[in-house]
Amino acid sequence: MTVLDLPHRLPSRPISLRLLRPLVAGLRDFAVALLLPAVILLLWAIGSAYELVPQQILPPPIYVWENFRDMLAGGELLQHAGISAVRVAGGFAIGAALGLLLGIAMGLSEVVDDYVRPLFTAIAQVPTLGWIPLLMLFLGIGEALKIVIIAKAALVPMVLNTSAGIRGVPKAYVEVADVFAFTRWQKLRRLILPAAVPPIFTGIRYSLTKAWTALVAVELLASAEGLGYLLVWGRQMFWLDTMIVAMVIIGLVGFAMDKILALAEAWLQSWRIDG
Amino acid sequence: MSLPLAEPAIETSSTASRGWRPSHRLRRGLMLPLLLLVAWEASSHLRLVDPRFLPPLEAIAITAREEIWSGDLFLHLGASLARNLAGFAIGTLLGVAFGLLLGLSPVAGRIAGPTFHAAKQIAVLAWIPIISVWFGFAETAKVVFVAVAAFVPVALNTIEGAASAPKPLIEVCEVLTFSRWQRIRRAYLPSALPSILTGVHLGLIYAWLATVAAEYFMTVGPGIGGLIIAGRERFQMELVMLGVVILGTVGFLLNHIATLVEVRLLRWRA
Repeated sequence: MTVLDLPHRLPSRPISLRLLRPLVAGLRDFAVALLLPAVILLLWAIGSAYELVPQQILPPPIYVWENFRDMLAGGELLQHAGISAVRVAGGFAIGAALGLLLGIAMGLSEVVDDYVRPLFTAIAQVPTLGWIPLLMLFLGIGEALKIVIIAKAALVPMVLNTSAGIRGVPKAYVEVADVFAFTRWQKLRRLILPAAVPPIFTGIRYSLTKAWTALVAVELLASAEGLGYLLVWGRQMFWLDTMIVAMVIIGLVGFAMDKILALAEAWLQSWRIDG
Repeated sequence: MSLPLAEPAIETSSTASRGWRPSHRLRRGLMLPLLLLVAWEASSHLRLVDPRFLPPLEAIAITAREEIWSGDLFLHLGASLARNLAGFAIGTLLGVAFGLLLGLSPVAGRIAGPTFHAAKQIAVLAWIPIISVWFGFAETAKVVFVAVAAFVPVALNTIEGAASAPKPLIEVCEVLTFSRWQRIRRAYLPSALPSILTGVHLGLIYAWLATVAAEYFMTVGPGIGGLIIAGRERFQMELVMLGVVILGTVGFLLNHIATLVEVRLLRWRA
């Protein structure tokens, strides 16, 4: 679309068409994006229809779909997903809240940071997967184990991002606050917390992702219900359709949580002019 | 996983910015861990806690010595590291190739990009059961899983890096009528390198975690993960704790090595 031919064409073109263009482009991109999954699905269907791969190794897609519908209709899927959701919500809430408090304390006070940081780093350095067998011996394999593991996974990124966010408040702002002779509380309320919101939100997103991964780990290792358990169970029974359904649900939930938080992040930060 | 690598970056910047009186800070930093260890040791010796749950520190040291002397520890560590490196190498090579393809070719990016971004949402651990069905329960499946774990961050960062070549640079290439290959070699690859290295760095850490995860969930064999699981099954807390310490230490060292390599390879940017 060159600028030159614009005057000739503009009157004859209905405005709606120009508005439609991004929509059309979006639809085209969407169609192209579906191409590869469609091809994979087709190959998968052909492969299993002609028994190129044994059905035990790769059940036909229609089985997976039917299995999904059965599990949904039977309430089984919702039950497992609900149990997983409750665990993540509990662990995440505890871990993120503690992480926020600890992060604020470490961000505001050098003394607290000096005392706590090395121990915190040592604990954070041992991955969640290392804590699971250890805590299994302490806590058993009940609900407490899951909550503690998920909370620990959520706590670490929360502390790191919160403390760094508070430390990262631009010096110039602090100086302005000093000029205005802000009290300690005013400084916290008007300057430090608002400036730290974006990194804290990054921390929340990170925490939730980690919490979800930790849930899968802990449910794979020690659980009798939940989405992770569905995977283990499917493997033991050699029900690949159940496993594939569980994998897709785990992916979808992770995706949805991240997207929702990304939207919330954008909305929360809409007051920032510099974006 | 689409979030930036916040953790290590933040840590280094915040410690570097406040470098006052290191000895003072060190003393404060050691206080809490030391108190904790003393409390541990005391409660274990005074039988406040069942020593089966909280074995005294010297018991862990003795276990460590036994494991080292019998050579078992090195056997386990060697098995884990070999697995880790094999999977990491495969995953990284495939990840860089796949990422460059998607990042450099708009057509490939549009076709395969969305599928990749959707598939990466599945928590890596959720692949374990299906991989173990497809590749058996032995070594192959473990290496495949480690490769998958390393592949995702490498591919992701390579795509971002390849797409991030500065526009003026590309325009200069056009003015100089560079061939397609020259453009890739002289403009796209160098500007993608920092991002690719970030991906490889992340891939190395993910690969190590995946190694341990594979050893947990697939058949028990030699390896640090196997050591921990065996310790848990026999209720030998010392063995579990030893394994966890090694797990953390190896992760720390791998991270450290990767940082050094990254800094060295990117010296030309300064």
